[in-house]
Amino acid sequence: MAQTDTLVEIKDLRTYFHLAEGVVHAVEGVDLTIRRGRTLGVVGESGCGKSITSLSLLQLVPPPGKIEGGQMLFYKPVQRNGTTGMVDVIDIAALSPQGREIRDIRGNHISMVFQEPMTAMIPVRTIGQQIIESIILHQNVSKQEAREQAIDMLARVKMSRPQQVIDDYPFQLSGGMRQRAVIAMALSCRPSLLIADEPTTALDVTTEAQILDLMRALQDDFGMAIMYITHNLGVVAEMAQEVVVMYLGKIVEQTDVKTIFLNPLHPYTRGLLASIPQLNETITHTDRSRRLQTIKGMVPDPYARLTGCPFAPRCPAFIPDLCDKVEPKYVMAEPGHYVRCHLYTETTS
Amino acid sequence: MLNYIIGRLARMIPQIFLVSILAFIIIQLPPGDFLTEQINRLRATGATVDEAQIQLLTNLYGLDQPMYVQYFRWIGNIVTRLDFGYSFLWQRPVNDVLLSRMGMTFFIAFLAFLVSWGLAIPVGIYVAVKQYSFADYFFTFIGFIGLATPGFLLALVLMYISYAILGIRVGGLYSPEFEPQPMSWAKFVDLLKHLWLPVIILAIAGMANIIRTLRATMLDELRKQYVTVARSKGLSEYQVIMQYPVRIAINPIISQTTYLLAWLFSGGTVVEIVMNLNTAGPVLWRALLQQDMYTAGAYILILGVLYSLGSLLSDLLLAAIDPRIRFGAMEAA
Amino acid sequence: MSTANPITPKRKWWDLAKKSPPGAAAHEQDESFYRAGQWQLVWWKFRRHKLAQIAMVVLGIFYIIVIFAEFISPYDPQKRFKDYSTLAPVNVRVVDAEGKLHLPFVYGLERARDPVTLRPIYQENTASKRHPIVLFARGDEYKMWGLLPGNIHLFGVRTEPDEFVPLFILGSDTLGHDMLSRIFFGARISLTVGLLGVFLSFFVGLLLGGIAGFFGGLADEIIMRVIDVLLALPTIPLWMSLAAALPQDWPQLKTYFYVTIILSIFGWTILARVVRGKLLSLREEDYVMAARLDGESEGQIITRYMLPGFTSYIIVSLTLAIPNMILGETALSFLGVGLRPPTISWGVMLQEAQNLQTIAQTPWLLWPVAFVIVAVLMFNFLGDGLRDAADPYVTG
Repeated sequence: MAQTDTLVEIKDLRTYFHLAEGVVHAVEGVDLTIRRGRTLGVVGESGCGKSITSLSLLQLVPPPGKIEGGQMLFYKPVQRNGTTGMVDVIDIAALSPQGREIRDIRGNHISMVFQEPMTAMIPVRTIGQQIIESIILHQNVSKQEAREQAIDMLARVKMSRPQQVIDDYPFQLSGGMRQRAVIAMALSCRPSLLIADEPTTALDVTTEAQILDLMRALQDDFGMAIMYITHNLGVVAEMAQEVVVMYLGKIVEQTDVKTIFLNPLHPYTRGLLASIPQLNETITHTDRSRRLQTIKGMVPDPYARLTGCPFAPRCPAFIPDLCDKVEPKYVMAEPGHYVRCHLYTETTS
Repeated sequence: MLNYIIGRLARMIPQIFLVSILAFIIIQLPPGDFLTEQINRLRATGATVDEAQIQLLTNLYGLDQPMYVQYFRWIGNIVTRLDFGYSFLWQRPVNDVLLSRMGMTFFIAFLAFLVSWGLAIPVGIYVAVKQYSFADYFFTFIGFIGLATPGFLLALVLMYISYAILGIRVGGLYSPEFEPQPMSWAKFVDLLKHLWLPVIILAIAGMANIIRTLRATMLDELRKQYVTVARSKGLSEYQVIMQYPVRIAINPIISQTTYLLAWLFSGGTVVEIVMNLNTAGPVLWRALLQQDMYTAGAYILILGVLYSLGSLLSDLLLAAIDPRIRFGAMEAA
Repeated sequence: MSTANPITPKRKWWDLAKKSPPGAAAHEQDESFYRAGQWQLVWWKFRRHKLAQIAMVVLGIFYIIVIFAEFISPYDPQKRFKDYSTLAPVNVRVVDAEGKLHLPFVYGLERARDPVTLRPIYQENTASKRHPIVLFARGDEYKMWGLLPGNIHLFGVRTEPDEFVPLFILGSDTLGHDMLSRIFFGARISLTVGLLGVFLSFFVGLLLGGIAGFFGGLADEIIMRVIDVLLALPTIPLWMSLAAALPQDWPQLKTYFYVTIILSIFGWTILARVVRGKLLSLREEDYVMAARLDGESEGQIITRYMLPGFTSYIIVSLTLAIPNMILGETALSFLGVGLRPPTISWGVMLQEAQNLQTIAQTPWLLWPVAFVIVAVLMFNFLGDGLRDAADPYVTG
């Protein structure tokens, strides 16, 4: 585990929302590491805090949300090209959300792609204007050069007729093409980290497959890391090398992608995997009446603060008097495999 | 695009035609033979009435002819020679009576427009961005006052305040010493000193509406995804606000320019009357009260034309700044 | 279940509808929210809009005054107190000249000469008796709504039988009328012209807008052209022309009626456009297509599907059109081309306050302005509240 391999280290991040009805602990002590050139998948249900974690990383948390504590260390490369070499360590959590430093990072070193391609770009400005704006902001180039870079980027995202598209308006493109344009915009300054917050959820399956292929290809080309946020385990299997599972603002399991599918430890992860309809089973088994597996119960009221393990009310492995009273610690149950559950203890290997 | 403009212009013509007919009908509404009334009135005040002139006017304007002939004479004069007729009240051609005064009305309203938009747009943007701040509550409050108090009432109140509390006499366009003099820099300054109050009054009414509309649309747009995306690119907060939500929120404001052109010549009518300014408003009032039909008719017709023109210009402006309209229009055309 | 310490959330506006006891599970409360009909939802949201609540109360008071003006006004509005013309508002005191507290009262007036203009004026005579203000005092005779005779007024001043102490709370005008009484009676005209005008606009606008939107085609084109032409005409000058065309010698009621019609000429155009626009857009809605596929008749589709979609817009349009009517009548009467004395409206009253001299010396003549502003403001708040309440996408 070479130190220079690390790109982003999030330590004990806490982001809370202070609303009239109460305080929502959207992110409650998250520890994450993103390595250079690798893809980290962040999995969880709606409301588990995965999006807020990524927004916190860019200091984009909307009010009344606020980063209350923790560190987000960004190992910013001093020189743009090169996977090793000198780095500056910046604690993003300490930066002001409107300040110069974070604006230097946004769109430049760390970029973000959001879920809805339909609304990600403003309809009254051309694609080109919105991409070029990004380029000119962070690089010292002329307008003409910026335009050429933009066309080049559109070509790289496999956009047909980039010279024409650059002067088109977003509403003239289909959903898939728009998402490509958005990706082009995000990557226009060759960031070292791309945060993708459910980028394909709003697309049809065919387009989704194309976009995923595209992202992997660009990752190889640019050597960038990807933080891929999704609730779709199939996509995780395709894209990620490391996976992190979140529930109610906390990380409940973390390991590499193979292990998470072959040997999930946390009951929540198990529940998620079990709820994927198994096509081959229903075909080969004559027992067609078998119901789909679900995780019983619902995600609790975000204002309620519970004692003990947050998953306890829904856990099939619930241990009375333990799980509802004592919060489980985050332990390394196996080498490289971390879990937050009373069922497991720290390995001493 | 050109087709669209030509089409609109073509549609404008019958519209203006209808407006002219309506204007003519309206001014003919007051009962009684108009010219005879005027003549009687003039005679009653002891003014001499030139028989030859009466005959001349009667022939020129077809005043002894049936209604539709009069109409065509009237409209014909306007279209061919821009002659709007004769004002019996002031005993001068309408062109003399109206045009210079409409120029002054326009000047006042134009200044008011600059002030109003120049202040209201930044304020509207600001209060949306800093929602629930003191400025927000303050301007919302002022906005409501401006909304509820029509120009002329505001004029009354402000005139009172300015006189009773500040001791300033307001009203009129020029101080007595400048009145007869030709225009000079000093006279212009004197004019501005008299205009500040009507300009403010006219500006306030418009400001309230702009601030409200802008605030509402900005609040809608600020919640949208593309604003967060813009921020995530590293733009400064100022750039994010001005280049993104403002570009959309400004549309409803621009669409208000439909009424702008006509308003510039007519919006201040009642205020001008109250403040006793020598402009188009009081002229129109007296013309109506005393049934000086050509003056009134000319005014109504001009305003109708200005509205149609303003509507066209406004649509073009909107299409220019909002590509969605351009492309939508293309599809529909 | 784990032991939860839930933080009790603040009550949401739909809590107002709670039919289940407070301790019930959350989903039971939600249920009454989800099952509420359209108008229930609108009402609940409306209740939440503080300004609109205030507006309802104030407008309620105004219209009570309109109905019971004879009773609520201290004096007959047409009665002229010749000796007491252009009197400043009387000083209603609770503390007398020696500093003692009493119930509200006024002192008598004494004649004096103004030291500057040497004209006779009336001043408060603090040496005179205290005249308490009483409720349900006997006063000028009236006929409530022209039918029921009476002479009890809401409040008045208690005096000896042959004394006269004027209780001009807002002063008196140049002819010696009590301003407050005239304002109350003026409300009858000023606040009802708006309503009538709006109802007229409503019917015409709904009809023509409906025809244009529903049938489309030629009818639509014609109606739209007419509206365009009408909108091209400048409002105030047009009102002025039409109103000036009304003969001076018509009876009050006739003038009032025609002024209302004149004010409605433009109102219907806006409403017609709104109705037409809504109809056109609602026709394209998916749920209308779904209803059609279900086999519903056109009539049913209009009444059950489309109408609820824009009824709220109509209500809001109307509410916001009323202040324009009020302002229009006030402006016309103020300029002398609308209603004329002896009709009393706020605009007519303001005719006396047309120039700077008058205003400077007798500023209380401007009191009707305050009432106009308040009325217009309240209708705007009401309209805003209704608009927020009726918009189904605003969940508050």
